[in-house]
Amino acid sequence: MADTARLPKPKPGPLDYLARWPLRLWVAGTAVFLYAPLITLMVFSFNNSRRNIVWRGFTLDYYGQVLQDESLQHAFVNSLTIALVSTVLSVILGAATALLLWRFRFPFKAGLEGALSIPIVVPEICMGVAFLVFFTKVVPWPTALPWPLNLGAIIIAHVSFSFSFVASVVRARLASFNREMEEAARDLGASEWRTLMDIIVPHMQPGLFAGGLLAFTLSLDDFVITFFTSGPDTITFPVKVYSMIRFSVTPEVNAASTLLIVITVALTAIALRLQGGDAGRDAL
Amino acid sequence: MAENVEEPWSRSKGMFASLLAGPVVFLFLFLLAPLAIIWGYSFGHTQGLKEIVVDGTFGNYAHALNPLYLSILLKSFVFAVLTTGICLVVGFPVAMAITFAKPQSRAWLLLLIMLPFWTNLLIRTYALMAVLRTQGYVNVLLGFLWGGLSHALATLHLAHLGAFHPLDLLYNNFAVVLGLVYVQLPFMVLPLYSAMDRLDRSLLEASLDLGAGHLRTLFQVVVPLAMPGIASGVLVTLIPSLGAFLTPDLLGGVDSQMIANVIERQFKAANDWPFGAALSFLLMYVTFAAIALQSMFTPKGGRR
Repeated sequence: MADTARLPKPKPGPLDYLARWPLRLWVAGTAVFLYAPLITLMVFSFNNSRRNIVWRGFTLDYYGQVLQDESLQHAFVNSLTIALVSTVLSVILGAATALLLWRFRFPFKAGLEGALSIPIVVPEICMGVAFLVFFTKVVPWPTALPWPLNLGAIIIAHVSFSFSFVASVVRARLASFNREMEEAARDLGASEWRTLMDIIVPHMQPGLFAGGLLAFTLSLDDFVITFFTSGPDTITFPVKVYSMIRFSVTPEVNAASTLLIVITVALTAIALRLQGGDAGRDAL
Repeated sequence: MAENVEEPWSRSKGMFASLLAGPVVFLFLFLLAPLAIIWGYSFGHTQGLKEIVVDGTFGNYAHALNPLYLSILLKSFVFAVLTTGICLVVGFPVAMAITFAKPQSRAWLLLLIMLPFWTNLLIRTYALMAVLRTQGYVNVLLGFLWGGLSHALATLHLAHLGAFHPLDLLYNNFAVVLGLVYVQLPFMVLPLYSAMDRLDRSLLEASLDLGAGHLRTLFQVVVPLAMPGIASGVLVTLIPSLGAFLTPDLLGGVDSQMIANVIERQFKAANDWPFGAALSFLLMYVTFAAIALQSMFTPKGGRR
């Protein structure tokens, strides 16, 4: 802002590109491209017509049907359970990894960092088929387990692709830690573990929270990897929606999708707000 | 990170070991092992219905060089490059507008780009299906406009346009590339923005003051300075596009299948796991090559 304020002209500054109409048009066009399909989807979930093209009046019928659909409910509960458990595990593993990489110098460190980047660089489909083979041939996950346990294979798969994301978020947060605080605690007689728990972990907290939320969203949103690891009893919400979409475009799917959009957007907004990061403070 | 001095692991062995154990066990058991098994399978063949024998054969890779699969791999690459190119062209001005916007509007614009990014991939793809299908909103809108135009021309006795034929927008290559662009665009804009946000604005002002036009400043100052951002934007768009499964699966037709769809078929319907494993690894090698290429590019633009 200081750049433009210095200029004597009342016209927009030379670098104030957003004030130029071609760029405004471009941004507006991009916004329409990104939002029009999603907004029509959400609006038409309230449309009182099966054909779903022309507006025939407002209805909540499809939401009623979605909320009463037992298989959708079951899938949704599965998704939430998987997301919660895998988030807790990912945060624990991710925090340990971040501390390890931040604090210590050790042989094979580069190897560990390389292995951590696998979930980021390997295409999802390859991870998906790898888990499919692993959980059917190598460590067959028993199918007859009681409810939360039968989700184990999916939870493990989700943790293994999301904890390295958590690790990188937490590590970025640790970079701003002032080592003198730790030294002060040690000088004052705190043990190594006490210092970790009372000084370092509280500093990590925003990173843990942001990482946890990232893991939660990654898990809740994941389709490809879950598609290969889920069995008939362990359908998740995206896998269920996928099977509905394959047949046709229906108002029920619109309603279910709208619910999921609202949930993810709300969760992320809450996270940004709690985290108090730049984007969060300015935007919300 | 600069002032952070790492201590040697041997200074506090207890803590090192307890931090190391969990992540390493998990990585080896649930990430490296599954990938290693797939890699092993790619040198084997199926025997009977369920049995897979790993005998060190290169037959699967030879089979993958069959023109049919080679052309699908090539097509995936063309789709991914096309998607990346379109995202770069569409995303660059958007990233620039965000960078040079006033702080309040910048936060809103960032939110505008991020919001679809938080929305489930499956749902975004489904939203596109609803828009593009024969009786979707695009065709209905076009039909309406066509009807109006035809009516106007008929009343003026100029021409008869005839009935509107809906465009085939779904289940073809066009839909797949459009879908990939739709899904990947935020991935391109964010790294571009973070690279341009860091650049020194006085350089741009200097260029403008010294008489270069905006376009010349853009191509000779902004683009070279934003090169690391462009490289990482290209990478984060190219890799997911190359391995995209859902988009071609839902939006593509019979002739717009990408490599991920072939892999899926080998593991599900066709039940030829060793061949699917070989294809997965070919896809991974192509991905790694792209990353290696990018890291060769990056140091030139300056390290972060």
